[in-house]
Amino acid sequence: MRHTLAVLVENQPGVLSHVAGLFSRRGYNIESLVVGETEDPGISRITLVVEGDEKVIEQVGKQLNKQVEVIKVNDITGEKTVDRQLLLLKVAAEAAVRQEIMQIVEIFRCRIVDIGKRSLIVEATGDEEKIEAIIRSLRPFGIQELVRTGKVAMVRGAK
Amino acid sequence: MNGAEFLVKFFENKGVEYIFGYPGGKVIFLYDVLGKSSLKHILTRHEQGAVHAADGYARVTGKTGVCFATSGPGATNLVTGLANAYLDSVPLIAITGQVGLADIGRDSFQEADIMGITMPITKHSYMVKEIELLPAVLEEAWNVAITGRPGPVLIDIPVDVFTGSVDFPSVPQRIITRKGPAKNGLEEQINKVIAALNQSKKPLLLLGGGVVASRAWQQLKDFVEYSGIPVTTTLMGKGVIAENQKNVLGMVGMHGIPAANLALNSCDLLIGIGVRFSDRVTGKPQNFLPNTPIVHVDIDPAELCKNIDANIPIVCDAGKFLTELLLGLKQRKVCLQLDEWYSQISDFQQKYPLIYEKGTTLKPQFIIEETARIAGEKAVVVTDVGQHQMFVAQHYPLGGTRNFVTSGGLGTMGFGLPAAVGAAFGRPGENVLLFSGDGSIQMNIQELATVAYNKLPVKIFILNNSCLGMVRQWQELFYNEHYSQTIFTFNPDFIRLAEAYGIKGLKITKPEEASGVIQQALSTPGPVLIDCIVDQSENVFPIVPPGGGPHEMLGRWQGETHISRIG
Repeated sequence: MRHTLAVLVENQPGVLSHVAGLFSRRGYNIESLVVGETEDPGISRITLVVEGDEKVIEQVGKQLNKQVEVIKVNDITGEKTVDRQLLLLKVAAEAAVRQEIMQIVEIFRCRIVDIGKRSLIVEATGDEEKIEAIIRSLRPFGIQELVRTGKVAMVRGAK
Repeated sequence: MNGAEFLVKFFENKGVEYIFGYPGGKVIFLYDVLGKSSLKHILTRHEQGAVHAADGYARVTGKTGVCFATSGPGATNLVTGLANAYLDSVPLIAITGQVGLADIGRDSFQEADIMGITMPITKHSYMVKEIELLPAVLEEAWNVAITGRPGPVLIDIPVDVFTGSVDFPSVPQRIITRKGPAKNGLEEQINKVIAALNQSKKPLLLLGGGVVASRAWQQLKDFVEYSGIPVTTTLMGKGVIAENQKNVLGMVGMHGIPAANLALNSCDLLIGIGVRFSDRVTGKPQNFLPNTPIVHVDIDPAELCKNIDANIPIVCDAGKFLTELLLGLKQRKVCLQLDEWYSQISDFQQKYPLIYEKGTTLKPQFIIEETARIAGEKAVVVTDVGQHQMFVAQHYPLGGTRNFVTSGGLGTMGFGLPAAVGAAFGRPGENVLLFSGDGSIQMNIQELATVAYNKLPVKIFILNNSCLGMVRQWQELFYNEHYSQTIFTFNPDFIRLAEAYGIKGLKITKPEEASGVIQQALSTPGPVLIDCIVDQSENVFPIVPPGGGPHEMLGRWQGETHISRIG
């Protein structure tokens, strides 16, 4: 099963290698990793998506906790979260199909951020399902280049 | 004050007495300062020797070992020693010099990314890129090395941080890291353990290095005396409780004492304290006591349920756990009825004693038994790695505190001699007995110079079988006697080698010579090397073949001359 871990770490050089190195040397499977500063510039947040059963995830959490720079590890898999990925996609767009592409872009509420002679760059944010759906919809037109981030996630506020 | 002065002062303030190290280009300035301080520097003949010596020193004293090395090759020579200390949870600080800040990342002369290299084999590794961070990093590194489960920490320091000056008292204290407190539900778990003990007719203790790290000798003694629960240990736990007692069954595992392994397999409640259930103990973890409830106590939460599933996992210091459990047993007036269990154990001991063939040839076990008989259980015993290590674990009963130094987790050949150097500095006035093999001793033989120069009372027993015995044994048992690259048809003359270093050399070739020569060696002040020419074909028994359960031991039983499997 896939788990999402939110890991607060000290914002220091070397911390990412410590965390990433841990995964390779203990043989855990990392699906995606996103790191960035938090509201406190001294602290970074790493959002990890890890594949593994309960036992593996428990070990991952414990091993992460052992790292000196790790402040807190939260498994937010079961929680109600908002999660987002960012997608940039360059799609072939001859005049004949441009309109059709733009309609798809509108349906998914994403944006066109660059217009070339024969291509468009589409920017989209959303959860994994939405991002996958956009890619599926634009694939028939010819995807020239694609880049996406891993997932960032945040637990929803109490209602 | 410059960085080097601050560093040296820091160690002085921490009560460090010895630094084990080796100078080089990027630490000349540090050594210049060090030479004018109260710290005593022990110059080894190789950086690996320095780190193992610091490790041995830490093991016999319980203090933090400190070693210095220069950048590049000096630093990379520490790698094996750091990994060794990491797997055995030894508190250690390694300081390495690094090329200047402006030269980092340019493949400069003697540059190596030692912080990156040592990441997976240290508790933590630092590089200090700003001199202002030096105080905070040193303080934190010291704490990381000694708190919780101890371990080695490396601090890489570019040369300009040593030479740079700053007014340290005016530097604002920077927070390096912050951590939330770990959860602890000890009381609730103790109740579960007591309930399990009440149900149990055949409880068994399994003690590891964590009990030593926790300095819990007294708590353990009190607990064992009150509860009467029989005791087994891992290799790292050997000697944590005096082994010459009826209720102490000895080491378990691949080469464990037969009765200890059989007790492990027959117990109905296992309480593992400060152990990590390594594969040398469990064999295949899936097959390890699948139906026996297991209490697992360790200060490191990541050890619980890592290798085996524990029914009652407890995050706790070993000493604290033993104290609390004893208190709980007394309060509830729990009195365990263990007579039947002990009579079963005594059957195991009678039916499957630890024996070896005593013949006309010199057996390595005999040398160890004779030395133990003459030197007693209070000696500081150091081993290298291989057959001789297992023979010592089996045949040298130990007691006291911190009297056994061995490379448990990493199994580092070449550990013994430099570790004995550290042990001799840590325990002045005591005889240090090093058991090594003709393979292991040659892996750090240059440290004979350190032993000789410092006139250390290290008695070096080379159990010389002209081969790499442990591998040879596996080739005999599991590889159709194909002795690929394990027979040493050439060995140096170890006696003359010792004499070249100014060390007294003695030789034992026959059993009847042993006791006299051992007595002579022990009563000779300073270092002595004893070359013991032992039977090449001797194997370590019992052996649990790969994948077997603890009871499925191969060995010679009840006067049989052939090897058979129990059960």
